[in-house]
Amino acid sequence: MISTLFSSKKYTLTALVFALLMGLNAAAEEHAHEGAETHAATTEHHEEKFDAGKMIMEHILDAHDWHLWGHTAIPLPVILYTDKGVDVFMSSAFEHGHATVHGQHYHYQLHEGHVIVVDEAGNEDAAATHAIKDFSITKNVAALFISIIIMLLVFLPIAARYKENANRAPSGMQSLIEPIILFIQDNIAIPNIGKKKYEKYMPFLLTVFFFILTNNLMGLIPLAPGGANVTGNISVTLTLAAIVLIIVIVTSNKHYWQHILAMPGVPKPVLLILTPIEILGFVIRPFVLMMRLFANITAGHIVILSFISLIFIFGAMSATAGYGISIFSMLLVVFMSLLELLVAFLQAYVFTLLSAIYFGSAIEEGHHEEHH
Amino acid sequence: MDLLKPSIGLIFWMLVGFGLLFFILSKFAWKPIMSALKEREQSIEESLRQAEKARAEMSQLVAKNEELLNQAKEERNQILHEAREAAEKVKADIVARAGKEAEEKLKQAIREIEVQKMAALTEVKNSVGLMALEIAEKVVRKELKGSSDQVDFVNKLAKESNLN
Repeated sequence: MISTLFSSKKYTLTALVFALLMGLNAAAEEHAHEGAETHAATTEHHEEKFDAGKMIMEHILDAHDWHLWGHTAIPLPVILYTDKGVDVFMSSAFEHGHATVHGQHYHYQLHEGHVIVVDEAGNEDAAATHAIKDFSITKNVAALFISIIIMLLVFLPIAARYKENANRAPSGMQSLIEPIILFIQDNIAIPNIGKKKYEKYMPFLLTVFFFILTNNLMGLIPLAPGGANVTGNISVTLTLAAIVLIIVIVTSNKHYWQHILAMPGVPKPVLLILTPIEILGFVIRPFVLMMRLFANITAGHIVILSFISLIFIFGAMSATAGYGISIFSMLLVVFMSLLELLVAFLQAYVFTLLSAIYFGSAIEEGHHEEHH
Repeated sequence: MDLLKPSIGLIFWMLVGFGLLFFILSKFAWKPIMSALKEREQSIEESLRQAEKARAEMSQLVAKNEELLNQAKEERNQILHEAREAAEKVKADIVARAGKEAEEKLKQAIREIEVQKMAALTEVKNSVGLMALEIAEKVVRKELKGSSDQVDFVNKLAKESNLN
């Protein structure tokens, strides 16, 4: 089980992207430091210098307001659960991190995208900051709910058409969705889970496939309802992977656990090695589900944003260079966007397929038991 | 680093959102869609099966028709054959009967001719006898002056002599 996970190409790719991310982030932090120093030194010289790493990180990370352009952003509600009660206000009250918000229970400031608790003088109260739980409707939460509404608007009318007359030939959106549903049923669920039990898993597989696909595609739209990096956010993929793991634990049979804890027909000394590996495999599978989706989608966003950043980096040197490079940058952005379109479908497919394989292995009946 | 740090808020809203989506779609979208697809699959399968059945019936019917046609043809041929045979027989009968009748007529005619011939010959014989007798009488009268013994004798002689 483990060897297949490690040998898969996808895994090496994930590791590669991961290394790249680490590097980029480190570079971004370094730049931020440098920027801060130079900023302090030459305050009157230039108000803002373009920093590609910072811009990219801002785009792929979650935020308390939905940045549109320049200093324009859609304010979103900030909901803070503190030990004294709940504080709710709009993110516009922070004035893009420049202002202190006087909530009912504490004073808050925005620091590197996070809400921190400050005292009257404006110094951070680390203990209080640690104690608050941030349930804000952030950019990703808003994007998540927009995707959910879009999905409901797409699927409920389609379902109504099926309810009207099941035997009518599909039309419109229905004919786009139906082959995908049949594909998930015939090529993902039935071969991996089995004809007897696949129906129980179909609602989850369909929901997870279309959820990932919708959010991936929405992420590729550069303007406001899209552009959020929902499926490239670790919290989202963590939740999805956790749900998969919970379903596996709830539906798994005795045979599955027997194989993990004590593989039948294997000598005891070998079990000493095999059992830890199997337990590790049990943990790694959902972990890989989480990382793969997160890394693939985030990497796509980073690459596209990097190409766009090139224009501004060259533009900062000279306007002509900026215009010149923009042509090549745009070609690369279009190419990458097409690639990301493929990745959007591919990752939704891969997540659904691996979930189905995972479910299938958890309910597999023992072959050796049939002989007795 | 921020990129890999899960945030409790987003996890909470994700659970709420995904749970809600899963619940609504399962109940109001996937259930009717899956059952409709199943129903359609079944109805298509059923239709195909019926079409196959109809085709089999059709081919059976065609085979039956052909058989009937062949049978009819055979019957027709037989009837024709029989009719021709009957006609042939009738023809032969008629021809045979006609032949027989003609033969009969011929035989009758021959017989008639024979009878007539015999009658004529007899008459001729009689006449010749009488004539001979007359002549002989005349001759003999001249010499014998007639006698019945001699007439009898002449008649006997005439009877004996066959003119044929």
